[in-house]
Amino acid sequence: MSTTQERPADAVEREIGRDRRRKEDQRLITGRTRWTDNITLPGMVHLAMVRSPFAHARITSIDTAAAKESPNVVDVLTGADLGESLGVNINAWPITPGQVTPTHSPMPSDRVAFAGEIVAVVIARSPAEARDAAELVDVEYDVLPAALDLKEAAAATGDQGALAHPDLGTNKSAYWVFDSGEAGTGGSVEDAIAKARTDGIVIEREYRQQRLIPAFMEPRSTVVDPTGEQLTMWSATQIPHILRFALAATTGVPESKIRVIAPDVGGGFGGKLQTTPEEWITWAVARRLGKPAKYTETRSESLMAGHHGRDQWQRLTLAAEKDGTVTGFKVDLLADLGAYVSLVGGGIPVLGAFMYNSIYKFPAYRFAVQTVLTNKTWTDAYRGAGRPEATFAIERMMDELAAEVGADPLEIREKNWIKHEEFPFTTVAGLEYDSGNYEAATARAKEMLGYDELRAEQRRRRESGDPVQLGIGVSTFTEMCGLAPSRVLGSLDYGAGGWEHASVRMLATGKVEAVTGTSAHGQGHETAFSQIVADRLGVAFEDVEVLHGDTQVAPKGLDTYGSRSLVVGGEALVRAADKVIEKAKPIAAHLLEASVDDVEFSGGRFSVRGTDQGMAIGEIALATFAAHNLPDGVEASLDSDATYDPVNFNYPHGTHLCAVEVDTETGALKLRKYVCCDDIGNIINPLIVAGQVHGGLVQGIAQALWEEAVYDESGTLVSGSFVDYLLPTAADTISFEIDHTTTPSTTNTLGTKGVGEAGTIASTPAVVNAVVDAVRHLGINDIQMPCTPERVWKAITGAGGGPTEGAAMPHFDASTGMEGTVDRTTGGTDA
Amino acid sequence: MIPAQFDYLAPTSVEDALAALAEHGDDAKIIAGGQSLLPVLRMRLNAPEMVIDLGRIESLRGVRDDGDAIVIGAMTPHAVVGADPLVAEHAAVISRAVEHLADAQIRHRGTFGGALAHADPAGDLGAPALALGAEFVIQGPGGTRRVAADDFFVDLFETAIGEDEILTEVRIPKHTGWGAHYEKFVRVAHQWPIVAVAATVRVDGGTIAEARIGLTNMGSTPLRARGVEEALAGQPATEDAVRAAAARATEGTNPPSDLNGDADYRRHLATVITRRAVLAAAGG
Repeated sequence: MSTTQERPADAVEREIGRDRRRKEDQRLITGRTRWTDNITLPGMVHLAMVRSPFAHARITSIDTAAAKESPNVVDVLTGADLGESLGVNINAWPITPGQVTPTHSPMPSDRVAFAGEIVAVVIARSPAEARDAAELVDVEYDVLPAALDLKEAAAATGDQGALAHPDLGTNKSAYWVFDSGEAGTGGSVEDAIAKARTDGIVIEREYRQQRLIPAFMEPRSTVVDPTGEQLTMWSATQIPHILRFALAATTGVPESKIRVIAPDVGGGFGGKLQTTPEEWITWAVARRLGKPAKYTETRSESLMAGHHGRDQWQRLTLAAEKDGTVTGFKVDLLADLGAYVSLVGGGIPVLGAFMYNSIYKFPAYRFAVQTVLTNKTWTDAYRGAGRPEATFAIERMMDELAAEVGADPLEIREKNWIKHEEFPFTTVAGLEYDSGNYEAATARAKEMLGYDELRAEQRRRRESGDPVQLGIGVSTFTEMCGLAPSRVLGSLDYGAGGWEHASVRMLATGKVEAVTGTSAHGQGHETAFSQIVADRLGVAFEDVEVLHGDTQVAPKGLDTYGSRSLVVGGEALVRAADKVIEKAKPIAAHLLEASVDDVEFSGGRFSVRGTDQGMAIGEIALATFAAHNLPDGVEASLDSDATYDPVNFNYPHGTHLCAVEVDTETGALKLRKYVCCDDIGNIINPLIVAGQVHGGLVQGIAQALWEEAVYDESGTLVSGSFVDYLLPTAADTISFEIDHTTTPSTTNTLGTKGVGEAGTIASTPAVVNAVVDAVRHLGINDIQMPCTPERVWKAITGAGGGPTEGAAMPHFDASTGMEGTVDRTTGGTDA
Repeated sequence: MIPAQFDYLAPTSVEDALAALAEHGDDAKIIAGGQSLLPVLRMRLNAPEMVIDLGRIESLRGVRDDGDAIVIGAMTPHAVVGADPLVAEHAAVISRAVEHLADAQIRHRGTFGGALAHADPAGDLGAPALALGAEFVIQGPGGTRRVAADDFFVDLFETAIGEDEILTEVRIPKHTGWGAHYEKFVRVAHQWPIVAVAATVRVDGGTIAEARIGLTNMGSTPLRARGVEEALAGQPATEDAVRAAAARATEGTNPPSDLNGDADYRRHLATVITRRAVLAAAGG
């Protein structure tokens, strides 16, 4: 049973739960800080990349002579020049033993596999001179057929249909399956579907997860200093520790000789969870020249060559009884890897595999994904990473089921969801949800939206034939976050663990250094972690300094992604702080001339039970530093480390509701109201949480309405600038209303759950459900994302029973991948 | 990104600017507010050897009353035009268009004349200039000439301004008391319009006596919707009458197809947006 709490009455007296403004904001917002591109070293050279304009081509010649003659050019190097010193870019998560993984050279010398791939690097005294000379590098290509369309690529053989890498003989990389019948976590989904076909409801749909671009604010940048005993890399990365490991593993430099620093980093959204060709090339150039080297990408390069996200086709079959009780859910995905299997690459859909059953008690479930290589930019993590796709699929399908049954979408969900008294609950995907209260979050969200009133207005508009129709969208989501129990990752063949490390050091002056292995890139760790440590040690918020992002300062860690920093990294800090207290206690007892058993710690003070005698922890720290009077056998240090490996994920959830107005004359969409009630357990800093939720909502809404990375038929990225890639601004959003229920997680002592991705995961289906709901009475059951006004208008003007209605949908076959493919343009929209 | 290297001149008079232009010819490019040129240079889509900046020529700034016309200096920033009382009183459709032009930063850097001389068919000022029958004052080595709006826009990014000439000011015949509206259809706020319509109408006792309609992004230049204007003249300012007239907004158009919509969709939008623009102009 889950217990949903009121916030403790003394919360305002403590740091945890306070709306602390972020310590780091002044320097981040003014830019007066160490962004990687701000770093300048003596004798530093600057790099510019020469990139392929073709999606797939053989390199026949590279003439660097003119570029080398250009003013202040130091050298121009190709893949052939750098050879093995370049190393390779690795895939850390082969999802099957037989995964087909092309070798990924940071700078290939024979063949390019996507438009934007690097073929030469110019090194000059200034960035401008490097860029000028890059224009003079003359590369000749022999253009090859390109594998571009995901479905065509999945079916291609080389003889018929282009191969992204002809030497591999296939574009299919890996086929990964979870089947509840085989896993013993549920029944056979085929049996459930067969039964529903004769005596129930079968809903079959195909949805598109369009390709997205993370579009972080700070472009990627790398500085490498090869002088001195160690090689140092600064990089605008989310993962300094993983980066260090990968450099050691692939470039022959011992890990002990490598220092990686992620200074202040301006956003990532998963887009900087990568080890990149640009980093490897800068590394190789600096080592070759023996000089510090810097590379900072342009915005155009960032959009073209930084990894993209999503890009899937989802084929879905939901079986239910006539009353809307779901009996089985079957999911078949095609996932576009792009040209290479990136660091986490094919694992992204697998991260969603355990979430398609969401908050529901499905008795049978099957998930299969075919990952596919194409001649496009590689894909990898993007905020939510697998879970937005899962949430979209099931939340869209639950709306379709509600429409089929003729029930309210919230009622159909309640019929199927896990009741709060049923936690902990083991799902059909094999996860144990520790806590949750879907009833409470939904009740609150309905009240916030004015659900019943808006339904009444919707009826009025429909009846009067108003040109502006109203739709109400529902998304009751959950996610697994806090990557992750190492044993679980191991069972999925992931290349690393999921623990996190922390150190807490009491300085002689009573100040505290809190060292974390997570690596903030805008989240506000310095503030939130200060609050946690301040409460634990009973010191002032201002007295805690959070250190991170440098492998010499924070030597152990697994960095920041997957909403893990607080729930894993924060817990590690708690444990390290508790060890500090344990180490201080015998010293305090000694100095207070009391028995250890009589000393207790509270509010930053050690006191002798039953007396008024006591000492502040800062005093103990100074006494320990002086070491003049320590008990025998006690070391002169309070410093403590902790490595924490979670036993389970944690499962934030929430109910998101939105109202959208559709102008049926033009297809224009207007967000009218968006409310959400998220349950993320105990909240450390409500202000930071609000920022995460608001930003996450906009990012998810953007997938629903605005953003799409589009390639033309030659493989050129058409949406290669912000003119065509429609990133929303504040002017495009509305004021969100957010609230929380609090059902503390039982998988960490703070009772917290991750919040970094929640808004993004939940909001996309809420908005699309609202758009479809607004026009469903016109015979429309789907509009492809992004729901552009043109697509909406064409759906309305071409409306009729959508082609997915009642159609039996053949699923992907494991052996052929694309058996029985139907080009299924849904709901009268243009694909 | 970093532009290719170029030289830079900032003359303080039109005469000096013309002399520089004559000297450098094809190798020179004029910069006004730079809101279109700088992205082009930074993406290396163009690499002039000389950039001539008009920003220090004070005589090119400002709005003045000149009898039956108002005159807007080519280097007047959008934000100044948008806030100008003369423009609001006599050429309100320009005020309406400037309100939603790009974003606040661009409205403070970009200039009225620069945007018109750039002649992007998706730019927000061409349609109002056409609708109001603006005259473009162009100065060259041989002196000054005036070009009517109908003759100014030649093709995509091409105007009647010669290679050795500079647009110095735009004369707008006064449309005092005319209702005005600029209806812009976009997916996100800072986007170029997918389609936009500039409408200004003179309403006399509930009847549309005269209407002037300009279309944005419905062809390779801004377009005047003369068919709609004819159909509106003498009609009551009612939904039905305006709807019928607005159906002619597609006449003579050749809209582009892109990620935001194909040509058919844009034609449909033009009729709806025209109706809304005219009704709003007539109502206000």
